[in-house]
Amino acid sequence: MSQTMSLSGPPAIVLDKVNKWYGTMHVLRDVSLTVAEKERVVVCGPSGSGKSTMIRCINRLETHQEGSIIVDGTELTDDLRALDTIRREVGMVFQSFNLFPHLTILENCTLAPIWVRKMPKAEAEALAMSYLERVKIPEQAKKYPGQLSGGQQQRVAIARALCMKPKIMLFDEPTSALDPEMIKEVLDTMIGLADDGMTMVCVTHEMGFARQVAHRVVFMDRGEIVENGPPNQLFENPQTDRLKLFLSQILRGH
Amino acid sequence: MSQASTTAGHVPTPARDQLKVAALGPWAWLRTNLFGSTWSTAVTLALGYVIVRVVFGLFEWGIVHAVWHVPYGPTGIPDTTVCQKAAGIGACWAVLADKYRLILFGRYPYDEQWRQAIVVLLFIGLYIVSGMRRFWRKELVLIWIATLTAVGILMWGGVFGLQLVTEDYWGGLPITLILATFGAAFSFPLAVLIALGRRSTKLPAVKMLCVLYVEIIRGVPLIAVLFMASVMFPLFLPAGVNIDKLLRAQVAFILFAGAYLAEVVRAGLQALPKGQAEAADALGLSYWKKTGFIILPQALRLVIPPLVNTFIGFFKDTSLVLIIGLFDLLTMGKVALSDPPWQSFSTEVYIGLAAIYIAFCFAMSKYSRSLERDLNRSRTR
Repeated sequence: MSQTMSLSGPPAIVLDKVNKWYGTMHVLRDVSLTVAEKERVVVCGPSGSGKSTMIRCINRLETHQEGSIIVDGTELTDDLRALDTIRREVGMVFQSFNLFPHLTILENCTLAPIWVRKMPKAEAEALAMSYLERVKIPEQAKKYPGQLSGGQQQRVAIARALCMKPKIMLFDEPTSALDPEMIKEVLDTMIGLADDGMTMVCVTHEMGFARQVAHRVVFMDRGEIVENGPPNQLFENPQTDRLKLFLSQILRGH
Repeated sequence: MSQASTTAGHVPTPARDQLKVAALGPWAWLRTNLFGSTWSTAVTLALGYVIVRVVFGLFEWGIVHAVWHVPYGPTGIPDTTVCQKAAGIGACWAVLADKYRLILFGRYPYDEQWRQAIVVLLFIGLYIVSGMRRFWRKELVLIWIATLTAVGILMWGGVFGLQLVTEDYWGGLPITLILATFGAAFSFPLAVLIALGRRSTKLPAVKMLCVLYVEIIRGVPLIAVLFMASVMFPLFLPAGVNIDKLLRAQVAFILFAGAYLAEVVRAGLQALPKGQAEAADALGLSYWKKTGFIILPQALRLVIPPLVNTFIGFFKDTSLVLIIGLFDLLTMGKVALSDPPWQSFSTEVYIGLAAIYIAFCFAMSKYSRSLERDLNRSRTR
């Protein structure tokens, strides 16, 4: 299967034969994946397939035990300085938003720029407002996360990650915890981000989004990458029974 | 159709019941809540009788038949015959009028006791300032340092023309407040560090030390810790070195309270969803920034009620220094009662002491409730 991309430049993320165990459970098996700069990869697969674990290894919320992960030219090791460098460049959006409930929307967005990037407060606030405008909720800046709807919270979470001006964005099932009518507003925000050329790795079951945005879809099952290719190729012409089964289940669900 | 026949004719729904209460005011409220049935009427009458008897009894004893002053003999010894006669009928508040200086300020030189009065006021002012959210900034640390320095200068003296008074003469309310305030100020940060250490996954040695500390201190009675501080600890010091008894008791208190508070703080840390730490990590915040900005502010908010519970407990536990010969408020009450003319009036003295403890503890509990409401406003919609 050809993996050559139309995109050039150095790879943003390289996973090479990554293995991970939880106790005796082998959750990642020889996972190898290269994501080019400005490439958009959608990761899908049944629950428990290791897709979330893989994406969480990329910014070391989970540690891998074997293999290597290189992000933006820096290898992830126990070295804290390397970790700091990588986390500055990698933004992450979670399934459950994980906004800080005791801080206002604006404070959620300015905290890391001020304390990690050492940005002056006024500058950080201006930056945060510009991103909040982009996700179309500047009027909520003074509210607390608990006062917002799920879709709004997730858009704030995206803005919060963007305020660090990351080179890479990771999305871990960003729409799975949302009511159906709110999914679109979050996906639209992500599509807008894709149009700007952000490098994205996104775990999602939104096949429409994958078709529209992804350069490549990765299908994982039982801790390994089973298929890997452009969305049309994967969805129209699945090679393995596992993917066929998964697609039939997903489509039936919709 | 009249109201009465409506009630008789239909089974009233709860909603209609409430409407009626709203319409008819206090009498209807009384009828539904206190005299709703024969049984409830009987209980209401019985309890009402007990309450009226107790309140009237206390009123008569404490105010109507109370003795407020006694005459003093030519040598300055109070003549308590009036009180003796009133015993059992009326309270003898004269004992407090006579002994309040001794109880509040201990054996501190009489003419210098104004210094201790200022110390008490300084402490109360410090509590009020610290309680106001608009003062929650870095300068508050300076205010604490300044106030505690002033407290030290006033208590010891020896400078600015103040007479030197050594710790042996300190006593009463200032001792209680010193133990409680320094105890809280040092044990709380200690507790936070211990709780964080106990949850550390990357530093197993630190974790084990924290677990040991908490389990050992928690497994020993406070009285034993105080005894160790006052009796055993000096044995291990080289000859000639003498660390003041008050300081030793203070350290014992800090260590003891620290272990208990650490477990309360740990409960808060555990209650916080894991996603909060992960989001902070993903944003690149360092461990201390993550802890300071994200984890602790939320974790501590969750445990305000048990934290205040523990603080109130330790405020009262300061009275245990009695057993190592420090003269705190409660001890001074006992000392006052050892004066022969007043020996039989312990009830009045202890009521007076209780009033002081209640005032401080009630203020703490009141404050914690308002703090909880203010801080958790962001959680409610």
